Amino acid sequence: MDALVLARIQFAANISFHILFPTLSIALGWLLLFFKLRLRATGDQSWMALYRFWVKVFALCFALGVVSGITMSFQFGTNWPGFMLKVGNIAGPLLAYEVLTAFFMEATFLAIMLFGMNRVSERVHTLATALVCIGTTLSAFWILALNSWMHTPAGFELRDGVAFATDWWAIVFNPSLPYRLSHMLLACGLTAAFLLAGVSAYRWLRGDQAPEVLKGLKVGVWLAAILIPLQIVAGDLHGLNTLEHQPAKVAAMEGIWETQARAPAVLFAIPDEATRSNRYEIAIPGLASIYLTHHADGVVQGLNDFPDLHPKVLPVFWAFRIMVGMGLLMLALSWTCALMLWRRGGLPPTLLRGLVLMSFSGWVAVIAGWYVTEIGRQPWLVYGVLKTVDAASTVPATMIAASLAMYLTLYATLIVAFIAVVFYLARKGTPPPPSPHEPQMSGALP
Amino acid sequence: MTSVAGIPVGLEGPAFWLPLVFVCLMGLAMLLYVVLDGYDLGVGIWLRRATPEQRDLMIASIGPFWDANETWLVLGVGLLLVAFPLAHGVILGGLYLPVAVMLAGLILRGVAFDFRVKVKAEHKPRWDAAFFAGSLLASLAQGVMLGQLITGFSTTPGALLFAGFIGLGLTAGYALLGAAWLVMKTDGELQTRAVGWARIAAWGTGAGIAAVSIATPMVSPAIFAKWFTLPEIFALLPIPIMSAALFVLLQIFLARLAVDAQRGNARGLRRWGWAPFVTSVGLFVLAFLGLSYSLFPYLVPDRISIWDAAAAPESLQIVLYGVAVVLPAILLYTVFAYRVFWGKAEALEYG
Ligand code: HDD
Ligand code: HEM
Ligand code: HEM
Repeated sequence: MDALVLARIQFAANISFHILFPTLSIALGWLLLFFKLRLRATGDQSWMALYRFWVKVFALCFALGVVSGITMSFQFGTNWPGFMLKVGNIAGPLLAYEVLTAFFMEATFLAIMLFGMNRVSERVHTLATALVCIGTTLSAFWILALNSWMHTPAGFELRDGVAFATDWWAIVFNPSLPYRLSHMLLACGLTAAFLLAGVSAYRWLRGDQAPEVLKGLKVGVWLAAILIPLQIVAGDLHGLNTLEHQPAKVAAMEGIWETQARAPAVLFAIPDEATRSNRYEIAIPGLASIYLTHHADGVVQGLNDFPDLHPKVLPVFWAFRIMVGMGLLMLALSWTCALMLWRRGGLPPTLLRGLVLMSFSGWVAVIAGWYVTEIGRQPWLVYGVLKTVDAASTVPATMIAASLAMYLTLYATLIVAFIAVVFYLARKGTPPPPSPHEPQMSGALP
Repeated sequence: MTSVAGIPVGLEGPAFWLPLVFVCLMGLAMLLYVVLDGYDLGVGIWLRRATPEQRDLMIASIGPFWDANETWLVLGVGLLLVAFPLAHGVILGGLYLPVAVMLAGLILRGVAFDFRVKVKAEHKPRWDAAFFAGSLLASLAQGVMLGQLITGFSTTPGALLFAGFIGLGLTAGYALLGAAWLVMKTDGELQTRAVGWARIAAWGTGAGIAAVSIATPMVSPAIFAKWFTLPEIFALLPIPIMSAALFVLLQIFLARLAVDAQRGNARGLRRWGWAPFVTSVGLFVLAFLGLSYSLFPYLVPDRISIWDAAAAPESLQIVLYGVAVVLPAILLYTVFAYRVFWGKAEALEYG
């Protein structure tokens, strides 16, 4: 395989691994803050037990997010030197603001949040927790500002083929940022909600029916039930925005080859680029025009309008169906569970098992969604400005292959270890609260 | 653009001074990284020499700090990427393999922190081993990176040997920082052991610094000319002299603490526990100054100067505003966090 292909696989592997953990830590952080505030408001100790359990998962996610993030900051230079040469004047400051405004704040206050409960006052501890949450959310904001700019570049001019910033406001708040940011933050919430519900259901099924387990189950199910309709609406709006700016991507998502009015919604197909048509197609006539243009006979552009400038259809088409499929499953399950909880105050074992199975459904949808987004942008790296081939590195293929093999081994091991530890912690249940102890101060310096 | 010894002639205004400001900021970030993550990597290097209970305490002594420490690396590399995009590709491309090894090491140890206390008890030694191996790999790789940078990524056997030697030297340096940190942050049996570890590592560090100082001018004629020309040599003499003095001082402190530990003189240990750490940091700062002088104004020796590689002034300016506002805040809350975890380390518990 050539260096370009390997570099792409490596970049995709690293960022796919990275995104799994921030997705959880962004939302788990806010959930922990919520548990803490509930404890303060109600004095009910089961909120504390819930906090104690989930703060462990949170800490683990955070550590995994940080170390894989460090890898990311080296990746841009090693894998895509052409990217920084051409658009470094724009990408650089956005990345710098992420480090400056978010990373240090997260990392420093994380220590106080995790280990400082006995060392600072309750107020300061709550404040530190809130700052960590704000930090993780700010990270997401900056990195998505950059990523969205790569999809809908604005606020710059090209001089001698190099991008220079002309309007920072337009760069940061570029046309696709609002959609991408809200869709991603909702995705974080859903991913954490299903993990919370799934692990609580697992504990319940194993006979651990402590009050905090039921609380966890309820919070997870209700949060999921509230967020999923919002997510579907946000996804629809995101898609309309993409249709406006990247019609080729939408055509690939929908599997539509010919430009047509009353375009069908393709449910199942194997898109074939050789014959430029779909095999085994099952479609609902006219439906795509309705949801894409909100008109019964709106015209939808097909892939043949962009003969050389459209992405590979098969992965985009299927990744999109996996994401939307997950979304629909989430809707069905969370609403059924919410209804049961509301009416009966509990869940039958089948639904509990369903929740356990869906524990990591958020991850599947998030990865699938990002593959739609990123593969769908190809052959462009920065839409209309820079092609991926022109950014590739000159590092020899053998070196990339060696490091890729190492990363993949490491990532596979760590994902397995993470999932195993989460369920191991769930089996162990909640430990008794640690005895409060006075910090000992000995020695003149630390 | 014409230039004399890498410094452009006739370049004025922001295009001239912004790269200077940014190379200083990047240097500061890198120095902070080396010292701060240096001590926590160093603690990892000694992990295997301690009993299981001591290991918990060793890790507790760095638990609240390591994440923020590594963020300085992210800032350093980030500034290289942001301010000198051209050099970022050349440097990280040239250092591809050691960078990959370092990242693998950092990943292993970063996650081992958390996994070791959450997994089944029988798996804990495995994560301890990962923590040790990750710390060692990351330290070695960073030294090799520095060595390869100095030789301009040359792959001759001599250059590689030199890089390998710097790898060992930097690892010894981190081991010294780590041991000295433990002397300061712990007491009892562990503190006594740490004094012994620091004495071993101090010799390695001294040898490393001496070797780098002798070899670096040999590797590059330009660096040689900088150090060994007449007026300069007198201005620069304080660096080697102060380094030698600090080294002797460090040996004296360590010898005295060893005696105190042997006699059970808790007062002496308490009074001077901080001294080896502060002296070791001093050694690192001096070595850093010497090296910066050797390399300046180049990012890649004799090839790419900071002005060759700089990003557009407009972009640097907007980052500078951010730095000016945010850096003081970062320093402030970093100090706050160190104050919260002031004092001897104790077992870490969530919540
Ligand atoms: C829990 C996760 C999750 C769920 C249930 C959904 N999505 Fe999604 N989707 C994401 C998580 C996600 C994501 C991973 O977060 C992406 C990748 C980039 C982004 O901003 O969001 C994404 C991208 C993404 C895009 C690509 C836009 C682009 O970049 O051009 C579209 C059109 C949709 N989504 C639409 C939907 C629709 C119609 C859904 C209805 C069920 C849906 N998503 C459910
Ligand atoms: C976090 C979730 C993300 C995932 C899972 C993801 C995944 C991917 C994948 C699969 C590709 C390969 C596309 C292809 O080669 O056909 C890619 C490309 C790329 N993405 Fe992302 N991406 C994510 C976010 C981002 C962000 C936030 C940025 C930048 C700030 C980014 C920058 C890039 C770049 C530079 C490429 C070009 C390399 C390439 O084409 O392979 N990505 N990404
Ligand atoms: C959409 C994609 C991304 C999102 C939403 C995201 C978000 C986050 C968040 C929330 C964290 C905090 C750690 C945690 O909570 O686990 C984090 C860590 C990190 N991310 Fe990302 N990130 C993305 C992509 C990237 C990319 C492309 C880079 C590289 C330029 C990167 C570099 C880092 C680094 C260096 C850290 C460690 C920060 C620390 O030391 O505290 N991330 N990311």
